[in-house]
Amino acid sequence: MAKHKISVTINGAVREAEVESRLLLVHLIREVFRMTGTHVGCDTSHCGACTVVLDGNPVKSCTVLAVQADGSKITTVEGLEQGGKLHPVQEGFTEKHGLQCGFCTPGMLMTTSALLERNKNPSEQEIREAISGNLCRCTGYVNIVKAVQYAAEKMR
Amino acid sequence: MIPAAFDYHRPGTLDEAVKLLANYGDQAKVLSGGMSLLPMLKIRLASFAHLVDIGRVPGLDYIKEDGGFLKIGAMTRQAALERSDLIRSKYPILADAVPLIADPLVRNRGTLGGNVANGDPGNDQPAIMLALGASFVARGPKGERSIAANQFYKGLYSTALAPNEILTEVRIPAPPPKSGGAYAKLKRKTGDFAVAAAAVQLTLNASGAVERCGIALTNAGLTPVEAADAAKFLTGKKPDDKAIAEAAKLAAAKSSPSADRRGSVEYKKEMARVLTARALKKALERAGGGR
Repeated sequence: MAKHKISVTINGAVREAEVESRLLLVHLIREVFRMTGTHVGCDTSHCGACTVVLDGNPVKSCTVLAVQADGSKITTVEGLEQGGKLHPVQEGFTEKHGLQCGFCTPGMLMTTSALLERNKNPSEQEIREAISGNLCRCTGYVNIVKAVQYAAEKMR
Repeated sequence: MIPAAFDYHRPGTLDEAVKLLANYGDQAKVLSGGMSLLPMLKIRLASFAHLVDIGRVPGLDYIKEDGGFLKIGAMTRQAALERSDLIRSKYPILADAVPLIADPLVRNRGTLGGNVANGDPGNDQPAIMLALGASFVARGPKGERSIAANQFYKGLYSTALAPNEILTEVRIPAPPPKSGGAYAKLKRKTGDFAVAAAAVQLTLNASGAVERCGIALTNAGLTPVEAADAAKFLTGKKPDDKAIAEAAKLAAAKSSPSADRRGSVEYKKEMARVLTARALKKALERAGGGR
């Protein structure tokens, strides 16, 4: 089985790797690039802990092949902070207690930061729909919604 | 979970993709969004020696009306359907269904072509295509052919598509005036397949009687189930509550679901009846039937 040379732009930096066809994007990020902010949760495309932003769209990186991402732009949770300043969603999750154990948080942050790129003023319903592919077993989602509303306000 | 090893191919054109499939035959599988295929490979329910990724093949991502049809390219993502004004304004059956497919993150990757070509009776769009009277365009080594949706589904994960063919386009007849469609789905939670779901597309004539009607069910057997008896029963009638109830009964009688965590056979058949009635009412309302 031939290996594939791929190149991706991850959090603004061009990275290259030689990968097996079957390597999943989440494993490229965590094990090859050693960026462990992206979590593996269910590993079955349900929980959304592994969400990254791929060419502008949040996707579940446990269900994308690394080779499929060749040439793409990827943002992970490590790329949200800019120049030592937290992204408004990160600030929102801190201020509004949008997490308890924190396992789902990287995925939540990626989904909601992408939502706010597309929709500057989402309703509560729109926020809840946007995060419907991200499971949180701690918060009951109430504070996550508040955190996103906080970030939306901040970004306007 | 790691899939069994395979070789990955990324053709730059449709011709190249078809050539790869011709080379590898049933050892190869087409990869579009991967939202069904990759999980199946990961849990090793399936394995293929070769994956042919059509994700970068140009000209497979479009939603357009052309020559009396709505034509949708196979690589069109569910998220693009969800955001399409054309779908929202003229194809409410799809506008109903797409936000209920999987979850938003999966819809960012999953494609219409994959949904209909996979042959999973739990997928929502096959039943919708049956109700719409759609056809699928397939490209193989000998050129293009069109396969009617109601000739396409042969069994569980088994379709009329040959191993060397690629589904390239879904072709939906543009609905004439006084048409309406609806999709009613019951699911336990976001991301789950349907307990039961019903797709209805109908057209009324000038006097308000049903001129054409398509009814089909999701997750009601090994293939999507076309409820032709129910559609025939309604054709020529001005549907009142009694006729709708009777048609829903006929549709449910066509379903043969199996019992699982989503419910017993009796429950699922009953839900198929209820959802067919709901979809019929909604479709009639949208067709301007005054209901």
